Amino acid sequence: MFIRFIFLTLLLTANTANAALNVLACEPEWASLTQELTGDLARVTSATTARQDPHHIEARPSLIARARNADLLVCTGAELEIGWLPLLQRESGNARIQPGRAGYFAAADQVRLLEKSGVSDRAQGDVHPGGNPHVHADPRNLLKVASALAQRLTELDAANAAVYAARNQDFQKRMAAAIARWEKEAVGLRGVPVVVQHKSWSYLAGWLGLKVVADLEPKPGIEPSVSSLASLLDRLKSQPAKLILRTAYHSPKPSEWLSERAGIPALELPYTVGGSAAAKDLFGLFDDTLAKLKGALK
Amino acid sequence: MFKRTLLAAALACALPAQAAAVSDEDLSKLRAEFDQKLKDIQAAYEGRLKDLEARLAKPAVPVEQATRPSTSAANPELSLILLGSYAQRKAGERRPTGFLQDAGIGAPARGFSLNDTELILAANIDPYFRGLATLILADGQASVEEAWFQTLSLDHGLTLKGGRIISGIGYANEQHPHAWDFADNNLMYQTLFGEHLVQDGLQLKWLAPSDTFVELGMELGRGEAFPGSAAGGDNNGAGSWAIFGHVGGDVGEAYAWRAGLSYLGARPQARESLLVDNGGVEASTLFSGKSNTWIADLIWKWAPDGNPKARNFKFQTEYFQRDEAGDLTYDTASGGANTPGAYRARQSGWYAQGIYQFMPHWRVGLRYDRLNSGSLDFGANNTNLPVADYSPTKWSLMADYSPSEYARFRLQLARDHAMQGDPDNSQISLQYIYSLGAHGAHKF
Repeated sequence: MFIRFIFLTLLLTANTANAALNVLACEPEWASLTQELTGDLARVTSATTARQDPHHIEARPSLIARARNADLLVCTGAELEIGWLPLLQRESGNARIQPGRAGYFAAADQVRLLEKSGVSDRAQGDVHPGGNPHVHADPRNLLKVASALAQRLTELDAANAAVYAARNQDFQKRMAAAIARWEKEAVGLRGVPVVVQHKSWSYLAGWLGLKVVADLEPKPGIEPSVSSLASLLDRLKSQPAKLILRTAYHSPKPSEWLSERAGIPALELPYTVGGSAAAKDLFGLFDDTLAKLKGALK
Repeated sequence: MFKRTLLAAALACALPAQAAAVSDEDLSKLRAEFDQKLKDIQAAYEGRLKDLEARLAKPAVPVEQATRPSTSAANPELSLILLGSYAQRKAGERRPTGFLQDAGIGAPARGFSLNDTELILAANIDPYFRGLATLILADGQASVEEAWFQTLSLDHGLTLKGGRIISGIGYANEQHPHAWDFADNNLMYQTLFGEHLVQDGLQLKWLAPSDTFVELGMELGRGEAFPGSAAGGDNNGAGSWAIFGHVGGDVGEAYAWRAGLSYLGARPQARESLLVDNGGVEASTLFSGKSNTWIADLIWKWAPDGNPKARNFKFQTEYFQRDEAGDLTYDTASGGANTPGAYRARQSGWYAQGIYQFMPHWRVGLRYDRLNSGSLDFGANNTNLPVADYSPTKWSLMADYSPSEYARFRLQLARDHAMQGDPDNSQISLQYIYSLGAHGAHKF
């Protein structure tokens, strides 16, 4: 009787442990996307928030503990997390999430990357020779990533394959419709010259047709200095821009400095899920981004 | 078509001389057979190619990955650390009074000097192991600082490391000089290990499956490095052993912490340390016995919203207690006989430091070091060696500027009262640290 009881308990606990996939997303956008595809079937957390620069995260003990228990890591890849993710993987003692295993999913591997230089000369700043990793800022990339991720979820949890497929189909439909709507709304943004802070905005600009005329960072990943901003201000006289864009994790100081002197609005866009009150999910993210862009141009 | 003629030609050449006697009919038959085989092979190839193409076409962007270059794709990852300094201080040794420490520690250099140049090679060996070697290059020599393998697929939170490893005890122990927040080592680690404890042996770590970070580790080592000794390491079995546990977590988004407790045991034989004897002469001592060290560490970090890029603060403190008991031979340099005696010491010490990055690129830091001579008994040698009631202390203040992640320049001012009667109250150091290549991430 007692043995049967133990057996039953074991079975039950094992079941509850298997009931949900444990997913650790590197960034909030991937946590949100995974949640869209899994619903109740996974426990999804994000290693970073919208107010944290995903390039510069420390491999904190809490993150190592979460990596230890993860069945799946959903990250950007393309070296965005090179400063901390390899450490998490190695320190976790978790074989499932090592590079090359099914438990490590890199979104950037699923899409075409912009700004591939192939050059890793750091005189050019903190460049990603394999291409710009900020892929989620173009929602069309989310469609491709979602399909690949659904496939990966199926691989890890074959029993729920039908659910992942159905949820992916539903997501594809809703996202494709939303993209069509956003593109219609954003017609007026085409060709608008903007100054960006970091290359976080290349994909958004590419999608909406914004014209990036300058970057606040003198070189990628190098913080703007007063002298670099002053020369940028000079440059804007001959090549005027209408907006300065930054993420929620960037310090507002450089863009405000330039905004004041150049007389153009500096705009903090949510960049990812949680980057503003309205950006509660991936749909809210682009709704709010477009509303803010259009609002600033009025 | 060209291939086919080539093949026929090759065939013709390869046929031995007597084959020339073979009739034309045979030859044409052979040729037909060959043509058929070739066609089969071509067909098979084309089929496989089509298969491959079909398979590749399925995911949205297939070829992309293969052509993507990356710094980490270089195998092995290669990095080089350049470290150099200019220092202004009084000449001579600066040994903490009343503490036995590694005789190999020399006087710190003055003026311009090139510090350790580290060459680091690392790579995943296969899906199951990772390997790393750090070589220290200095004039006329290269030494192996660490060279180890690490398992990647033991799973269940287990990681096994073997080879020459930097011990996981304490907190600062795992840091290389280029990762120090000050231009020099703290007094505690300098006294305990010289630079840091390096073990030739095995390390097994286990990470608990909890949301709070709980890590337990144990090490078995040769025991050749201080507080062990070369002679102590020369035996079957382990000459040193360590166990450690770390716990850590976040408090809200802005704070992160880690605390730990470690133990290190060693059995040194004829371990050499230098002490200034009561006659004011620097004498060599040889210690054989038991050495037990306990270390407690605490790290507390702050960053607004957990985003350390612009501003952050780090508080770090460690405390140790070292018990040593055995025999100590005092080597009278002045020609007399060596005098043996019992030795028993229970000593402790600590340091605390805070580093504040107040704006991008710029940090300032303050450190206080203190050692407590505790109970010290040289037995029969109490008449020869000083049993001073003196607590070595040191203050260090630093400011550093990092134009990028890969470069750092540091100015440090220190008041060093480690050595009794020789207070050196104005040390100035200037230091540069450059990191070239695919430098791996630093630990928390």
